[in-house]
Amino acid sequence: MADFDAIVIGGGLVGTAVAYGIARLGRRPVLLDEGDIAHRASRGNFGLVWVQSKGIGVPEYQRWTRQSSDTWADFSKELLEETGIGTGHERPGGVTICLSEEELDKRRRLMEQLHIEAGETNFDYEILRHAELKKMLPAIGPDVVGASYTRYDGHANPLFTMRALHAALLKHGGTYVPNARVESIQAAPNHFVINAGGQSFAAPRLVLGAGLGNKALGEMVGLDVPVRPVRGQIIVTERLQPVLPIPTLMMRQTVEGTIMIGESREESGFDDTTSPEVIHTLAQRAVKSFPFLKNVRIVRTWGALRVMAPDGLPIYEQSSEFPGAFVCTCHSGVTLAASHARYYAQYVMDGALPAELARFSTKRFDVRAAA
Amino acid sequence: MFALLPDNPSERITVHVDGNTVGVPPGFTAAAAMLLHGASSTRTTPVTGEPRAPYCMMGVCFECLMQIDGEPNQQGCLVTVVEGMRIERQLGKCKVDE
Amino acid sequence: MSAVHDLAIIGAGPAGMAAAVMAAELRLSTVVLDEQPEPGGQIYRGIERLAATRSRHLELLGPDYALGLELTRAFRASSIEYLSGTQVWQVEPAGRIFYRRNDVAGILQAKKILIAPGAMERPMPVPGWTLPGVLTCGAGQTVLKANGLAPKGRFVLAGCGPLLLLLAAQLTRCGIKPTAILQTTFNRWAAAPHLLGFLGAPGYLIKGLGLLRELKAAGIPIHNVSRFAIKGDTQARAVEFVCNGAARTIEVDTVFLHQGVVPNSNLAWSLNLDHRWDDVQRCYHPKLDAWGRASNAAVLVAGDAGGIVGAKGAEFMGLIAAAAAAVDLGKVGAEQAEERTRDAKTALNKQRAARPFLDHLYRPEQRWIAPPEPDTIVCRCEEVRAGEIRRLVTEQNCPGPNQLKSFVRCGMGPCQGRLCGLTAVEMIAESRGVPVSEVGYYRIRPPIKPVTIGDLATLDVPERSDAVHM
Repeated sequence: MADFDAIVIGGGLVGTAVAYGIARLGRRPVLLDEGDIAHRASRGNFGLVWVQSKGIGVPEYQRWTRQSSDTWADFSKELLEETGIGTGHERPGGVTICLSEEELDKRRRLMEQLHIEAGETNFDYEILRHAELKKMLPAIGPDVVGASYTRYDGHANPLFTMRALHAALLKHGGTYVPNARVESIQAAPNHFVINAGGQSFAAPRLVLGAGLGNKALGEMVGLDVPVRPVRGQIIVTERLQPVLPIPTLMMRQTVEGTIMIGESREESGFDDTTSPEVIHTLAQRAVKSFPFLKNVRIVRTWGALRVMAPDGLPIYEQSSEFPGAFVCTCHSGVTLAASHARYYAQYVMDGALPAELARFSTKRFDVRAAA
Repeated sequence: MFALLPDNPSERITVHVDGNTVGVPPGFTAAAAMLLHGASSTRTTPVTGEPRAPYCMMGVCFECLMQIDGEPNQQGCLVTVVEGMRIERQLGKCKVDE
Repeated sequence: MSAVHDLAIIGAGPAGMAAAVMAAELRLSTVVLDEQPEPGGQIYRGIERLAATRSRHLELLGPDYALGLELTRAFRASSIEYLSGTQVWQVEPAGRIFYRRNDVAGILQAKKILIAPGAMERPMPVPGWTLPGVLTCGAGQTVLKANGLAPKGRFVLAGCGPLLLLLAAQLTRCGIKPTAILQTTFNRWAAAPHLLGFLGAPGYLIKGLGLLRELKAAGIPIHNVSRFAIKGDTQARAVEFVCNGAARTIEVDTVFLHQGVVPNSNLAWSLNLDHRWDDVQRCYHPKLDAWGRASNAAVLVAGDAGGIVGAKGAEFMGLIAAAAAAVDLGKVGAEQAEERTRDAKTALNKQRAARPFLDHLYRPEQRWIAPPEPDTIVCRCEEVRAGEIRRLVTEQNCPGPNQLKSFVRCGMGPCQGRLCGLTAVEMIAESRGVPVSEVGYYRIRPPIKPVTIGDLATLDVPERSDAVHM
């Protein structure tokens, strides 16, 4: 039996960020991970550190996202200093491209709503028409009508970020155990014993950061975590000379020069394979926005399963039946990594979530069911 | 680094290798044409820019990426030469014409 | 989209060609998709043109090569649809095959899919192996057969396996003498118990000894080496090696490497076929029944892609698998299929029995499989070195190749892990102290060959505007 200050289940972006955050506080976490092949939403993450589309009608989410995006550069710098690994983070702002007047109009209304709901936080945006957008993104094609732009958006390499978080966790004395699928949990208030991969681990704090696995794990500690998979398919191109200076919601160019194309959503259960039809449609939209892509070769496609709550918001909660057990789940593992490391980790060790995160408790689903 | 054996048929197809007009026997691939007429390295990597040249000549290694008739990153060992083909080294990442 | 074929065969080497001939005989509507411009695969590369225009070279290349001509002619004569110059980039077991031909992407359908993509050279990661002027023996043979090209100046062949000696001999017969042959592995004692099986397959032993005699008679030095590195800054200039405890250097212009062949497996992996690790051949084999049926009912595998069996073995496997497809499609009765494949099965078994001797004799030692020098490049595309991989396993507990891939991009380049996959899994297994079978392999996804965004955008499939906001 090994004793720790906290057990974090799930070695993806969420779990690793929280575990690193705990280690950073000078405490001793252990991070339990599955094997080399598992759902692993993090490996399929697009890499946006995105604010502009988040939290319509939910100002708490807008604020939480914005806070993470604002601290990301610092977070990235810290990881670089500690591990020598760069996350590739850049924050040049971002655009959401519209291919019709109707789309652009809809986008404008959305941005305006976000602006109003932001209140004091002050959400600034611009609606750009073709000519102005072309100055920012010379490669856009004639079919592009315009876009919404905010300066709060950016992107990072999710895999480099993962690697940096892993290295930083170990540097701060954290423990990482792979091939350790959870077999059983013995739960008591502020005391948890986990049997995983043939070993036992004990700690007063438990964090469920296991993505789709949180549903089953949650049941063991009195947490209702209604997450389901939503598939996203992504295309990656060969390395190109720089051509996209700012990221868009559906496309971004990485530090290595490859272009990632995405943003599809499907309810396909746990099937993370790609389908030619969706890839075809993604390619169609991509070429329409950026005609130069026609002759660019793709090197890889993949499908990954987003971890989605019914309302698309994160789920943050401490178990009332077993205080000390927390769940931390979202579908924006990159964007929220900074806040998970810097703030959520602190809340976990403090044993209480602040009022600003109450909106993300699972009790919101009960309310809906009751209503 | 390679030369034609005697007993090769004398017919030649004219191609341009790195700007030089040369002749190769019919049935040559662009990569073979490079081995016969090109410089020692046929590309520089998009990662560090180090020099590379064809390795497997059967389409699995992707070291023979070259520019053929203006199209970048073509696997030269899988393209059969035709009259007038322009074959050039692939230098680093592909350029994009916007 | 056109009609649904009974059988689609991917690959036109000996397995693919023999399968096509049998399939035609059994009246299956068959289409063959071949990446190469002409049939023959790698082993019979360029054979038609060679026979037509350089028949003298045909003799020099040896009798085995000439046998391929017969098969190629039978292939050309059979009533199948042959699509040459065709790269397959995705195969759905449900029956759709996505390909690219003449710069245009297309789709065809078949009820059964027989994959015969053959073998490729086992990667041989030695210091300096990425330098210009370093090629595989297979490449040396390809340009010799298909193009009548031979290396200029000084050159060595390094590694182990019959192909090393064969290429050396073929070049020597053409008047192009290697400067030296550097042998890295020769497991005389491990191979000895399998000698009987080897002798059962006609000709191998005689051929092997014959090659050695030929090379010795031509005065070509053959050294057994325990260390080997290629030197040069922008191209290969010299090789350094240790032989009998003494360090030596030879100046060279070209180096040919070879340490056996392994299945060219990305197509099989992309189909999510079950595989098993073969520790003698040190590679993964798709799990197949006696007829070549894979773990997915619609897919069969024939030839070296199913595990290295050699050219003759590949032919027999192709013939047998085509018969199995015909049975499964109800085109021929089980008894009839048994009868038509009986001789092939016996001959295949003989070929298979001969393998263990060679496999053991030339099973590369650990240091040639998992390079000990930290600076040796393992992933050529992304320039990931051996030291980095070891560090990730020992210091960050990296459990497998997919985590490795996501952390350092090993396997993420255009070759999609073809040249680094086996090295990576062997290194992870070695560092973790577990068998390779526990480590697994990269997750391989389509496209398995390059295709452009334009190709995908114009693909003849329904749009999914429900999944993608258009």
